[in-house]
Amino acid sequence: MRAQRRPIEVIAEKGIEFLIRLCGISAILFVFAIFFFVFREGAPMLGKIDLGKFLFTQTWYPTSLNQARYGVGALIVGTLSVTTLAMFIAVPFGVGAAIFVSEFCGRKTKEALKITIELLAAIPSVVWGFIGLTVMNVVIQKVFNVPVGLNVLNAAILLALMSVPIIVSIGEDSLKAVPDSYREAGLALGCTRWQLVWRVLLPAAKNGLLAAVLLGVGRAVGETMAVLMATGHSVNIPHSVFDSVRTLTATIAAELGETSEGSDHYRVLFLIGILLFSITFAVNLTADLIVKGIRKK
Amino acid sequence: MPAPANSQPKAMFAETRFTRKKRRAELIAKWIFGAMALAMIIPLALIIGYLVIKAAPLLSWDFLTTNPTNGMRKGGIWSALLGTIYLVVVSLCISAPIGVLAAVYLNEYAKENWFTRILHLAVVNLAGVPSIVHALFGLGAFVLFARLDRSIIAASLTLAIMTLPVIIASTKEALASVPMSFREACWNVGATRWQTIRQIVLPNSISGILTGVILQVSRAAGETAPIMFTGAVFYRNIEEGNLFAYSLKDQCMALSMHLYTVTTQVTNAPEALPYAIAVVLLGAVLLVNASAIVFRVILRSRKKW
Repeated sequence: MRAQRRPIEVIAEKGIEFLIRLCGISAILFVFAIFFFVFREGAPMLGKIDLGKFLFTQTWYPTSLNQARYGVGALIVGTLSVTTLAMFIAVPFGVGAAIFVSEFCGRKTKEALKITIELLAAIPSVVWGFIGLTVMNVVIQKVFNVPVGLNVLNAAILLALMSVPIIVSIGEDSLKAVPDSYREAGLALGCTRWQLVWRVLLPAAKNGLLAAVLLGVGRAVGETMAVLMATGHSVNIPHSVFDSVRTLTATIAAELGETSEGSDHYRVLFLIGILLFSITFAVNLTADLIVKGIRKK
Repeated sequence: MPAPANSQPKAMFAETRFTRKKRRAELIAKWIFGAMALAMIIPLALIIGYLVIKAAPLLSWDFLTTNPTNGMRKGGIWSALLGTIYLVVVSLCISAPIGVLAAVYLNEYAKENWFTRILHLAVVNLAGVPSIVHALFGLGAFVLFARLDRSIIAASLTLAIMTLPVIIASTKEALASVPMSFREACWNVGATRWQTIRQIVLPNSISGILTGVILQVSRAAGETAPIMFTGAVFYRNIEEGNLFAYSLKDQCMALSMHLYTVTTQVTNAPEALPYAIAVVLLGAVLLVNASAIVFRVILRSRKKW
């Protein structure tokens, strides 16, 4: 037998469930909305410029009155150089720290380390930028004896510190996912922890570690304020790590405020936004597919 | 088995050259990896210490409660501080309900199918969209399309969408940690899906959800890029001491933006000023995060199942 519920309750419940479903799909709506609205502002420019020229030439003269040129080649190289160097610093340290947290330390150290890493991740990017501008700038000038401390190296160190937490936490997860029986088998055969890490754990967790690195890359590519303040902000193909560069994100942040709505320059900045959106979308998608692949196994 | 190299019958697990070497290798490994972990913590401590020392001359209660004056070279940070509070609270009011309900859907309603799979991908990608792209989106959608102009509400909406994945992820984790048997018991006495969620699932995961909300606060407070073009301005004077000095349609100052402005646009600012702003911002964010951590630790120790 069924207890009778008042119709109003049934309707209220239906209403709430509808709301839940609506919120549930909101993430998809928002991702589409982001693409749509950024595209909407940038699209009129697609017909006006040659995409090949836009992507592969290096002359960025957006404010020139009669000969404005929009080539983001140098900006892409800037983003790539900063991100690559940041990963060269962050990956060894991040993976090393993940190995230490997951394999070598006791429970208390582990807790303390994880909390510190979480706090490291919480530092706002504008504060990192400020640190780059004031502290790192001087340190790099002194240590390497170069005239300008705002360069690829400076931004890369900041980005490394910013993306290390994500590498550590995802990396640790993937190491944790390696079954204990692997470790036991290795230890029973008499291998050292060192060998265990190199020969057993890293190969077994390599997909997860790859995903961790990719997420770090995604974070580094999309970072705005820190690179805006620390790269030196000059459109330039870098020849060494001590050259100043400018990134895609920083260009939007620096120039959007000065353009008038609807101008070519304004629309080109939105096109750069679409480019960034596509890059991070691809990177995150790949990382996610890799992670899901592991879970299925 | 071959006999041990020195044939004296010591203890069975006496140290041979091999085990000594092995132990040393282990120690070295531990130290190397430990040093790598330390390499991340030391800069954190050094930086915070340095900032606080540099900022010390300016830090006082008056610094927090007076408006910036004299082209932002003198005075305090009151209008920026209040602006940040407004942005955080309004964005929280928008993203918390949507995020929690979305997580409820993902964890309680969604079936294992391709659509749910896409939904998960969308959440992951929403979390990965660069903050400056969120700014462009906010400008295109809220400021221009929805005609909200540059205002607290437009900036908060942008922040809310940006921080939504934080809430969804942590709420989902909290919901998933409620054992399935709780739900089954509830269904078995005839409760509907929503009744189960409201009476059993949500009360049992409320603290985990709150942790996620706290993390959203810290994230929203620190962001600069998304609010730069959607509602934050370089300078605005408001009534000191009045907590309701801004209205939703106003533009506001914000701490993060203020730090950027003072560092890069204002010349001849006193040396300690940007450091002091950075310390206030960093202090606020870390305090919020630390409270989330404490909260979580207490929670874990109280967990009944």
